[in-house]
Amino acid sequence: MSTLIKFKIDGVECMAETGAYVVEAAVENGIFIPTLCNIKGVKPRGSCRVCTVLVNGRPMSACTTPVASGMEVENNIAELNDIRKAIIEALFVEGNHFCPSCEKSGNCELQALAYRFQMMVPRFPFDFPVRDIDASNPKIIKDHNRCILCKRCIRAIKTEDGKSVFAFKKRGRQLEINVDPDLGELFTDELAAKAAEICPVGAILLREKGYEIPIGQRKFDKEPIGSDIEKK
Amino acid sequence: MGQKITIEPITRVEGHGKVTIHLDLKGNVNQTRLHIVEFRGFERFVQGRPYWEAPVLVQRLCGICPVSHHLAAAKALDVIVGAGTGEGLTPTGEKMRRLMHYGQMFQSHALHFFHLASPDLLFGIDSDPLMRNVIGVAIMHKDLAVQGVMMRKFGQEIIKATAGKKIHGTGAIPGGINKNLSIEERDTFLNGADPMNIDKMIDWAQAAVDFFKEYHKQNKSLIDNFAAFPSNHLSLVRKDGAMDLYHGVLRAIDTDGKKILDDVDYQDYLEYIDEEVRAWSYMKFPYLYKIGRENGWYRVGPLARCNTAEFIPTPLAQKEFEIFKAYTNGKPNNMSMHMHWARLIELLHSGEMIKELLNDPDLQGNDLVTKGTKTNEGVGVIEAPRGTLFHHYKINDRDQIEMANLIVSTTNNNEPMNVAVNKVAKDVMTGHKKITEGMMNAVEVAIRAYDPCLSCATHALGQMPLEISLYDAHNNLLDKKRS
Repeated sequence: MSTLIKFKIDGVECMAETGAYVVEAAVENGIFIPTLCNIKGVKPRGSCRVCTVLVNGRPMSACTTPVASGMEVENNIAELNDIRKAIIEALFVEGNHFCPSCEKSGNCELQALAYRFQMMVPRFPFDFPVRDIDASNPKIIKDHNRCILCKRCIRAIKTEDGKSVFAFKKRGRQLEINVDPDLGELFTDELAAKAAEICPVGAILLREKGYEIPIGQRKFDKEPIGSDIEKK
Repeated sequence: MGQKITIEPITRVEGHGKVTIHLDLKGNVNQTRLHIVEFRGFERFVQGRPYWEAPVLVQRLCGICPVSHHLAAAKALDVIVGAGTGEGLTPTGEKMRRLMHYGQMFQSHALHFFHLASPDLLFGIDSDPLMRNVIGVAIMHKDLAVQGVMMRKFGQEIIKATAGKKIHGTGAIPGGINKNLSIEERDTFLNGADPMNIDKMIDWAQAAVDFFKEYHKQNKSLIDNFAAFPSNHLSLVRKDGAMDLYHGVLRAIDTDGKKILDDVDYQDYLEYIDEEVRAWSYMKFPYLYKIGRENGWYRVGPLARCNTAEFIPTPLAQKEFEIFKAYTNGKPNNMSMHMHWARLIELLHSGEMIKELLNDPDLQGNDLVTKGTKTNEGVGVIEAPRGTLFHHYKINDRDQIEMANLIVSTTNNNEPMNVAVNKVAKDVMTGHKKITEGMMNAVEVAIRAYDPCLSCATHALGQMPLEISLYDAHNNLLDKKRS
């Protein structure tokens, strides 16, 4: 049986169950810590570092750090927000993100975070990597230009018998997500839809579904990302 | 040695271009050319993208009439997803798109007349350039300037209600539309507080037509003779010959009014239209195959549409159309400055069409998309504010675009604009020792009448010829290479 422990985020007294990660505990207390690679219900990896917080003065990824009694977490401070913004900017320049024509626009978490952190122009030079679009799978199209290698699809999309549908292939700058070509029918329409849904950017696209949600009704059209948590 | 005059940039047009005028030793105009100096490349970089992206991606060609590109691409994709052309869509799908399009015609025509063209008419072609602009109009003719701004705003609000955004929306999707019009949105346009309601907009559009007719009466020589020249005219018309800006069949007439193309399904446009490339401009020169390069060029846009259509299916615009037609005894009108007259008649027609559509309950329907048997190729054609716009796509069996061909309205008007600048330069400059600013503005006025969108018109990549000539010190040609 879990027990409640007390800790602080930005000086505010918070309560959480033992074993909860800082990100989850913050949500329960109505505090938003930005995330990109993290998804509810799937083991965290701490790969994007957008959720970096100061725990008792030391930088830690909030999605992989469990809360402890008396812990002092610093979250919404200028120093951290600038680091988070720099990470978001780095993700933009490292790929080819053309929001104006992207069907994920308005539902994209990377774009939503860029708006939340008021990114006007990246501080880093654009890389403009040459990447392709893989349209070989009958259910989805992978646009590697937009992939931020967060591994959400690899960690969350599994067949009924627990096999991963997605995996990394290649190395270094060529690293990209790949669909297991031998899965066949095990990669169902439902799994394909879930993969497109959990992708934080527009790297996994369902065929012939783009732009079906009108502007004004998309996830982040009305309020900035995290507003739902802060209203709690 | 002869003299070369360059007008760069051309002002009060969409995009960037320049005109060069070559004078001979006696100071006579030898040759005038309109050069398009910017370069886009959409036909190339849309390749490989998922086909449903085209209406959203390609509309980025332009910020003035992106709706035209959005809808032309969507119409081409309707064919690809098996929804057919025009009539294949659900009533809500087709009428929402029509509302979007007429909203756009309304705002674009208002923008052109009030913001871009009216300073020449109100102050005179050779007036002080410091006043000859939209700020000058706002100072000296406040009511007219306010009308222009509000009419544009009204059209933009219609676009927002149908496409989601005033500029670069996402409303049209392959096979239909992604939203209907709510009762609240409809009532805003029908009963909005003065002046933001459709009845006021129609009144103002009528007033704009009346203003032009009065101006014409007082300035007959300028309006009738300035940049007037014979040409062919091409546009879509409804099957029964009515003006239809969203859908129809291709019709072209010659300078005497004889139909040289009629009832042509635009899916077959390549059998009738070809594009010529000339080394000195990024903009191509389309022409009708049957007639050939020399004489097969044609005009598109409001003047061409008023020449090809037999009637306008809304009462106030029809009344004005009859007056317009009577002025040339029913013959084709070849006077470039009458483009403004025709544009304002279309402004009025668009207002009436918006009202008719707003009162149609189909706009509140929920059946938004149609799909059928998929094909790998489709052509979409629409009458954009500046004229006939062609979008042609081929896709592979993985849903990626393999080929895109865009023939943009301004491209269709390339040769006519060159003819117009040549004529005006010869008319106003020949025999004068000094070239004045007013003379140069006259050349721009001729271009402006066509409301060109130069950024839209230079979208091709990979097809532009490069010619390099090597001369020795005595000007003898040693070698010539062409890519």
